[in-house]
Amino acid sequence: MEIVLALSIGVLTGSGVWLLLRPRTFQVIMGLSLLSYAVNLFIFSMGRLGLAVAKEPVLVAGVTQDLQHYADPLPQALVLTAIVIGFAMTALFLVVLLASRGISGTDHVDGAHAHESQEMP
Amino acid sequence: MSRLPELADAFMPHLMLAPIALPMLTAALLLLLREEQQRLKFTVSLVSTLAGLLVAIALLQWAHRAGTAAGMGVYLPGNWPAPFGIVLVLDRLTALMLLLTSLIGLCSVLFAGARWQRAGVLYHALFQFQLMGLSGAFLTGDLFNLFVFFEIMLAASYGLLLHGSGRARVQSGLHYIAINLAASSLFLVGAAMLYGLTGTLNMADLAQAVPQVAPADRGLLHAAAAILATAFLIKAACWPLNFWLVPAYSAATAPVGALFAIMTKVGLYALLRLWSLLFGTEAGPSAQFGSLWLIVGGMATMAFGAIGMMGSQRLTHLAGHAAVLSSGTLLAACGFGHNLLTAGLLYYLPSSTLAVSALFLLADLTERWRNGGATRAPYENDDDAPFLSPELVPATGMNLDDDEQVLVGRIIPAATAFMGLAYLTTTLVIAGLPPLSGFVGKFAMLTAVLNPLGMGSSAGQVPGIAGWTLLALMIGTGLVALMALTRSGIRHFWAAPERPAPQLRVLEGLPIALLLGACMVLTVQAEGVMRFTTATAQALHSPASYVRAVMQATPRQAPQAPGNSDAPLPGIGARP
Repeated sequence: MEIVLALSIGVLTGSGVWLLLRPRTFQVIMGLSLLSYAVNLFIFSMGRLGLAVAKEPVLVAGVTQDLQHYADPLPQALVLTAIVIGFAMTALFLVVLLASRGISGTDHVDGAHAHESQEMP
Repeated sequence: MSRLPELADAFMPHLMLAPIALPMLTAALLLLLREEQQRLKFTVSLVSTLAGLLVAIALLQWAHRAGTAAGMGVYLPGNWPAPFGIVLVLDRLTALMLLLTSLIGLCSVLFAGARWQRAGVLYHALFQFQLMGLSGAFLTGDLFNLFVFFEIMLAASYGLLLHGSGRARVQSGLHYIAINLAASSLFLVGAAMLYGLTGTLNMADLAQAVPQVAPADRGLLHAAAAILATAFLIKAACWPLNFWLVPAYSAATAPVGALFAIMTKVGLYALLRLWSLLFGTEAGPSAQFGSLWLIVGGMATMAFGAIGMMGSQRLTHLAGHAAVLSSGTLLAACGFGHNLLTAGLLYYLPSSTLAVSALFLLADLTERWRNGGATRAPYENDDDAPFLSPELVPATGMNLDDDEQVLVGRIIPAATAFMGLAYLTTTLVIAGLPPLSGFVGKFAMLTAVLNPLGMGSSAGQVPGIAGWTLLALMIGTGLVALMALTRSGIRHFWAAPERPAPQLRVLEGLPIALLLGACMVLTVQAEGVMRFTTATAQALHSPASYVRAVMQATPRQAPQAPGNSDAPLPGIGARP
């Protein structure tokens, strides 16, 4: 389980960073999304006493109420906040992306290369 | 004004909530008003910001008077004891930053009221949200809460940066948002790693937990701290993470640029707070971790800022690079982790921030004067250097010295005189020349570098390579900044071709006068302010009292149900 999670975080981060460094705005936003997925998974794995494998997420009658028997609830709360904020920020970035596309006529992150395409007959 | 302390006493600790709650409620109210009601919106925003300033003054006085360990303000918003619930903490450093924020906020609101608020929608609401995020980031005592307030601040700043639209703003806004989203990811990774290692996100609890981390995990702890610090260094504009700053700040409208001058200081505040808590002298084997990185990064930032100022053709770019230079100086001084140096740094921080803010506002006025009302001359492209334009070939009527025209008896209009004097004052503060506060701040820092144990008692201690380099850089960058600002001043104010006197409105002149007046107050009251910052630095570098105050804060008792105490209402009295 640990190796699967670690690998998926690694692959998501790697692809996210690669896309983030690409010159097209759409690639950048995909990169940022992948990066935020990676971060959310990472927060999950950072519960107290490590990754909670096969532990109860909610209280069950008859099980001792400590972290040996339950998943740490705090990372879940953190992830929820991070997801909400990340979502809003991605939406905002999308709006700016569209504005930039509309103003410069190109989807390059620097708004460059617009002149050549406009001068084409 | 003299009744403020009693009022503060009466409303403490609830007054600590005001810097967050007041802008939030104001912003909510402003969202309800229609876009045509500009004047009403401006009035509401102004009144709220003014009230915020008074609250900040009251909090500062309270923190300075009751600044001992027991008197530190700790507020438990959820009424849960410290490591479990979130906390707001007020100490001298927080109070200082709150006052600086609300002062710059007030000036920025005033300036925006003259003209810029009409450049787009929802200006004042976004502005109030930004103030809320800033105040929250300064007040919170919880790492994850810090993240949330950072995001509030950044979300509002994205809107403010794009205010007025236009190609330059959208382009630099795109870069600004992308780098800040990446920085937020780093923040989350760092915070999550710290939680995984220590099991807490409360800053005071973290400070207690850091010395107890197992030796095998120490590398992981340092990695977490470094990742977190990278996120803050991006905000604090440390080289090489600061290439987004100058395009974004110079593209923003003038009042927004002035407010953004304090945004870089939030990164510095977070670094100073967390570094002194987590890696202070009491942190055992991790003490002073990363000190060299801060010093080297700060020095590189100083050099970058100074070279950038030298190469700037536009006043707004000059102001942006001045913000970088001030940030670099503060970072390098912070890295030494030294009591007296931190005291000097905390004096230099408000002075340089105020001056950079004033320069942003002044740049807008001057550019509009030069270009006849427009922010940018019609013939200029984004990339052109304004002083290489044909306009600059000395025209007839320009008074060069070799023409020996008589200057005596020429009337200088009051507005021109005001702008010239304001520019001169800003130059003196940013370059750190006597007699103004920039000089006092730099002098205090240099003295601390040369006499680490205090004036006249160096006891054979030598500053070392880092100390001498900081000394040389501080003097060198001051000289370069002076040259760059003087050159720009000559071009804008002395060698100006004949043109009508600038139209200076009270709403635009007043904020600049306020900002520079605050610098004057800092200069005149230097002794008192230095005493305050020395106390702040001492408290910062001995975090035990901070930790004790936060961890020992007790929740308030739940009120007993009136009459029959045998059967309390459900939900009341069950809380700890």
